[in-house]
Amino acid sequence: MKEGLSLVQRLSAHPDSRCWFVSWSPNGTLLASCGGDKAIRIWGQEGDTWICKSVLEDGHQRTVRKVAWSPCGNYLASASFDATTCIWKKKNDDFESLTVLEGHENEVKCVAWAPSGNLLATCSRDKSVWVWEVDEEDEYECVTVVNSHTQDVKHVVWHPTQELLASASYDNNICIYKEDDDDWECRVTLEGHTSTVWSLSFDNTGKRLASCSDDRTVKIWKNCSPDDQQGDLSWKCVCTLSGYHGRTIYDVSWCRLTGALATACGDDTVRVFKEDETADPEQPVFSLVAQVAKAHDQDVNCVTWNPKEAGLLASCSDNGEIAIWRFQEES
Amino acid sequence: MSSRLENANPVIFQRSGERLLTASEEDEDVHDPIDEREIFDLIRSINDPEHPLSLEELNVVEQLRVKVDDAGSTVGIEFTPTIPHCSMATLIGLSIKVKLLRSLPERFKIDVHITPGSHASEDAVNKQLADKERVAAALENSSLLEVVNQCLSTRNI
Repeated sequence: MKEGLSLVQRLSAHPDSRCWFVSWSPNGTLLASCGGDKAIRIWGQEGDTWICKSVLEDGHQRTVRKVAWSPCGNYLASASFDATTCIWKKKNDDFESLTVLEGHENEVKCVAWAPSGNLLATCSRDKSVWVWEVDEEDEYECVTVVNSHTQDVKHVVWHPTQELLASASYDNNICIYKEDDDDWECRVTLEGHTSTVWSLSFDNTGKRLASCSDDRTVKIWKNCSPDDQQGDLSWKCVCTLSGYHGRTIYDVSWCRLTGALATACGDDTVRVFKEDETADPEQPVFSLVAQVAKAHDQDVNCVTWNPKEAGLLASCSDNGEIAIWRFQEES
Repeated sequence: MSSRLENANPVIFQRSGERLLTASEEDEDVHDPIDEREIFDLIRSINDPEHPLSLEELNVVEQLRVKVDDAGSTVGIEFTPTIPHCSMATLIGLSIKVKLLRSLPERFKIDVHITPGSHASEDAVNKQLADKERVAAALENSSLLEVVNQCLSTRNI
């Protein structure tokens, strides 16, 4: 079978608005979307088609920029330009607003759960990253505010297995944080991009991190710390994918099942890269294996691989649409 | 005029005349791509935030600094602040961007930049204007949106 991306379904998710972000539930059966219409929609499959299962409204006063599922799949967090983060609890087929996390001075740009589900990170245009602790009673408490970036923080993501947090910023840098005596601090700053870093994605091992930027490149960073010195964080850029993207790259997603790397670009194109397995791991080589020009009529804002079904990819766009794609590898 | 004006005595430029319609433009059956003059007509009458003058009259926008590729769906605008420390540069750029976002088909990618070398904080302003997330957030701010709408409102000349 020929490799490539084939369209499974196109959904008008946030009509007359932007669709900013989509996120798969941990078991891969639900897709949450959010957008400029201040709403969150939950999509699920019925037969062969994806349909809207519920609409979460009235949680936010302004754009919902990103959403994230807890590792157990029972909670959804939503980050909004209204400076708050909402926590929604799943109840049967519906969701109810459980609590609202306040504190950021202005727009919250991203939210992410740690693999344990006990920690949550948020970041904002106020240049800070906040780490929140969740207890058994569903109470949230801010444990740290870190101000390592000098500009708007665009994205936060946790390591797939460890309590290690990474953030990307308008200041062109990436920060990596670890806990030290109940306090979270930035342990290393990755410099290399020449403009805003929009998004980050760890590979399945967590030893490598992909970043994408307004400078139209994707960089692959590798943790070079010796295994016996876990606290000693040392990361270096081992690969830069340059020359493929026509405009800003808004998102990158590294599939934990197949290792394929997908990008969302302001030139309306969805691209998929695969690593050359024969290349030196210290100097990895990625090649473009599939792309759909005009994947959407407008900017592609997000791409995300389904965590359970290999090759299933969701993307969303400024025109309010979601598209679901199947990536077929050479066989 | 109030003494708080940053550039109290700007040089004023003459407005261009009305655009002449060609026969093919009036022919509904001929494909008529969007050209530089049409884009310029959309932005030339935007009001300056501090003077009762248009961006054209202050030479902030010029037709020769408009680039259009209709087939490639891109529009590039360079604008020239009246003075290198103009604190209104971001607001002017935002007004140009909003005017074009509202007027052009959604397929267009709109890039608004400061004319190279004409502003002290050129890179910072350009980066801010290119960040669609920050532009979206700014336009959800009702007081800022009101100021932008004032710049975009048509004056009676």
